[in-house]
Amino acid sequence: MAVITDEPKAGFRLGMLIYDTRYRSITIQIVVLFLVMAGAAWLIDNLLRNLAVLGRGIDFSFLGNRAGYDINQSLVEYTNDSTHARATLVGILNTLLVAFLGCVAATVVGVLAGVLRLSKNWVVARLMTVYVEIFRNVPLLLWILIIYAVFTEALPAPNAFRGENATSTMVMFDSVAFTNRYTAIPWVMFDNSLGWLALGPLWLNLDLAAIIGALVGGFLINRAIVRRATKIQEATGERPTTWWQSILALFGPIIAVFLLLGTHVDAPSLQGFNFTGGLQVSNSLVALWLALTLYTAAYIAEIVRSGINAISRGQSEAAFALGLRPGRTMNLVILPQALRVIIPPLISQYLNLTKNSSLAIAVGYMDLRGTLGGITLNQTGRGLEAMMLLMLIYLIISLVISGAMNIYNNSVRLKER
Amino acid sequence: MKATSATFVRNEMLAPSAPPSTEAGPIKWMRENLFSSPLNIVLTVLGVGAVVYIVMHIAPWMLRGVWVAGTLSECREIIQARYGEGVTGACWALIRDRWQQYLFGFYPSELYWRPVLAFVLMLAAIAPVLFDALPRRVLWFTLVYPAVGFWLLWGGTVWVPVMALAGFVISYVAAKIVQPIAGTILATIAAVLTPVLWWLFLAGPAADAAQSVIPIALEGVRSREFGGFILAFTIGFTGIAFSLPLGVMLALGRQSDMFIVNKLSVGFIEFIRGVPLITLLFTASLLLNYFLPPGTDFDIILRVIIMVVLFAAAYIAEVVRGGLAALPRGQYEAADALGLDYWKAQRLIIMPQALKISIPGIVSTFIGLFKDTTLVVFVGLLDPLKGITDAVRASTDWKGVYWEPYIFVGAIFFVFCFGMSRYSMYLERKLKTDHR
Repeated sequence: MAVITDEPKAGFRLGMLIYDTRYRSITIQIVVLFLVMAGAAWLIDNLLRNLAVLGRGIDFSFLGNRAGYDINQSLVEYTNDSTHARATLVGILNTLLVAFLGCVAATVVGVLAGVLRLSKNWVVARLMTVYVEIFRNVPLLLWILIIYAVFTEALPAPNAFRGENATSTMVMFDSVAFTNRYTAIPWVMFDNSLGWLALGPLWLNLDLAAIIGALVGGFLINRAIVRRATKIQEATGERPTTWWQSILALFGPIIAVFLLLGTHVDAPSLQGFNFTGGLQVSNSLVALWLALTLYTAAYIAEIVRSGINAISRGQSEAAFALGLRPGRTMNLVILPQALRVIIPPLISQYLNLTKNSSLAIAVGYMDLRGTLGGITLNQTGRGLEAMMLLMLIYLIISLVISGAMNIYNNSVRLKER
Repeated sequence: MKATSATFVRNEMLAPSAPPSTEAGPIKWMRENLFSSPLNIVLTVLGVGAVVYIVMHIAPWMLRGVWVAGTLSECREIIQARYGEGVTGACWALIRDRWQQYLFGFYPSELYWRPVLAFVLMLAAIAPVLFDALPRRVLWFTLVYPAVGFWLLWGGTVWVPVMALAGFVISYVAAKIVQPIAGTILATIAAVLTPVLWWLFLAGPAADAAQSVIPIALEGVRSREFGGFILAFTIGFTGIAFSLPLGVMLALGRQSDMFIVNKLSVGFIEFIRGVPLITLLFTASLLLNYFLPPGTDFDIILRVIIMVVLFAAAYIAEVVRGGLAALPRGQYEAADALGLDYWKAQRLIIMPQALKISIPGIVSTFIGLFKDTTLVVFVGLLDPLKGITDAVRASTDWKGVYWEPYIFVGAIFFVFCFGMSRYSMYLERKLKTDHR
């Protein structure tokens, strides 16, 4: 005999919102959303009331006004007659400059230090351990201040390089001079410079554009040559000789561009009491760059070390058993796997370096925080707008860097099927 | 005829002869570790050269240092008199002269016992958290310590921290009362709601009333008088204590299936991680008043602590998320199979393992937080590194001194940060359960 049970009671009871797991998550989400919205509403209400008390609204038109202050280093044309927006752009470029230089140098130093720390050489391994521990356990601000103090206090004035028995000498084959005001380095000059191309608010340096174009073009041509060779190899079994084509494609365009531009290297030389020629890099940039580099490199060294350590010995043993030479073992077996471990934390170190570059305030380097978040903010009194813009720009920079690096990360990631 | 031959059989072993001198002792060690290949020889020479160069340049300067002097010029005169014209040396007398300022900032000197006591009690409070060999009952003191530390550092009436603590007691009592009547859910709501209402509306008047009945108060100290290492420790340790729970909650939010909770957590974490701490601190000092009801004035140290907590919590959330993601799926499924609800599963199964995996990351976030306390100088607080040093340098006595304060402050930071990283290694070793 069939047992007839009651149908489960259809319909909805209020208690189910809390006790039924199907609905509970919706309840929780609605409550959270309500609380967050209420909090945001409270903040915005306060903001509007405060602004009303002060008698002003949110207004970004100050960006179009004349800035009226000088910036000691700018990558684009800037005078104190330019607008605040232009000053902001100068700040962004200065931030990006020191961040880029820092990332490149920190990677080089960090990888070197990380590999040396794994070295069997006792002295070198210990030395690198000491370096890493000292730099990681002391605030970055201290390194910036110390290195800046070294530059401003311990280095000679430019006129110390003068005369028969000068107290100071230039280094690196008489090409670089460290002084207490700036660092003079050799710089490439173009006799037939193409000048600047104005594209609305942005100015394009045509020399730089030509060089980049030549490099990218050469790279693309080279890739086409290699592809064609691979295709021929797959069809016929024989690979045509391409090395001279590759060299021509890679270096031909860039050399041609350099020749056309009339490139020569201009070394700094002492004229009177100061150096002329070459490029004079402000000490605030050099000190900030060095401090960021050394500090971040200590972290990168640890990342590289742990990345290489993460690869089990069996991998290299298996590669040797297959008859691969040590160099190829490193290139084909160890590095591809180690990179997968290294890249994600490396990205966050690049991001940290970029964000830490805002400590430029300690040495008076005019980065984004110094222009938009510093003088512009103080002159216009538009704290709210300037800080919002500042945060937005930093956020965009961070997201772009992490986005770009994530694309690379995906390309080296373990392809699981 | 029987041949007689005496065979000689040796029945004890010969003593092993000593290894060649190049294969034993320091020489072998040096051959293996320092001079095993041409590259290694070059590296060794370069390494030793670097060490010698650095030591030769710094050690004499440090050793020539003067410990007893009143001013920088006096220091220099002593060094000149001792070692001859043109010789430089460190002037450690600065630290001897100004160490109180480096440790306490402009905290009133007759009240120095209070931060010292607060520091000692803090060590007592964190000891049972760090080392589980200590009796568990001490943890009660750890829970009460924030109020004690607050009262000792800032002073004022004792009833403010007492009433703040009372909020937690009220929460507990409310939960206990409501639980048998109305069930767990309402009890939880009561446990959250009652203390909030208490703190918002009743705690202040209650503290005033209690103070007028039984006046117990310490002399108040304003936040502007804080400076040096008590500032760094106040911000650093409060930040560490509060950012871990917040970070764990954010990590759970980011791992959650609930769409809104997930997106809110992601947005918060990515925003905080995308901007420099300095901009958040500026926001705290310049803009926070815009977002609070007109006329509120908010303690600057508290603002900075809130920002530092939010900043560190976002980083900890990412570290813990890594730990959560590294757990095998089976752990979650096993917890479900045992019939544990979400919070029980997190507390008993998931978190112990996930946090164990994330220890190195969490501790290095803490170290970063402690180092970042030096950035408060940019919002006008006197951090030990730049704030106090600039203040000291502004006096005529110590104008022109550069390296000594940096070395001193750097050394103290190094000791604490290095200690933290060593502790995390110890903890990792202790909690290691695999048999590799």
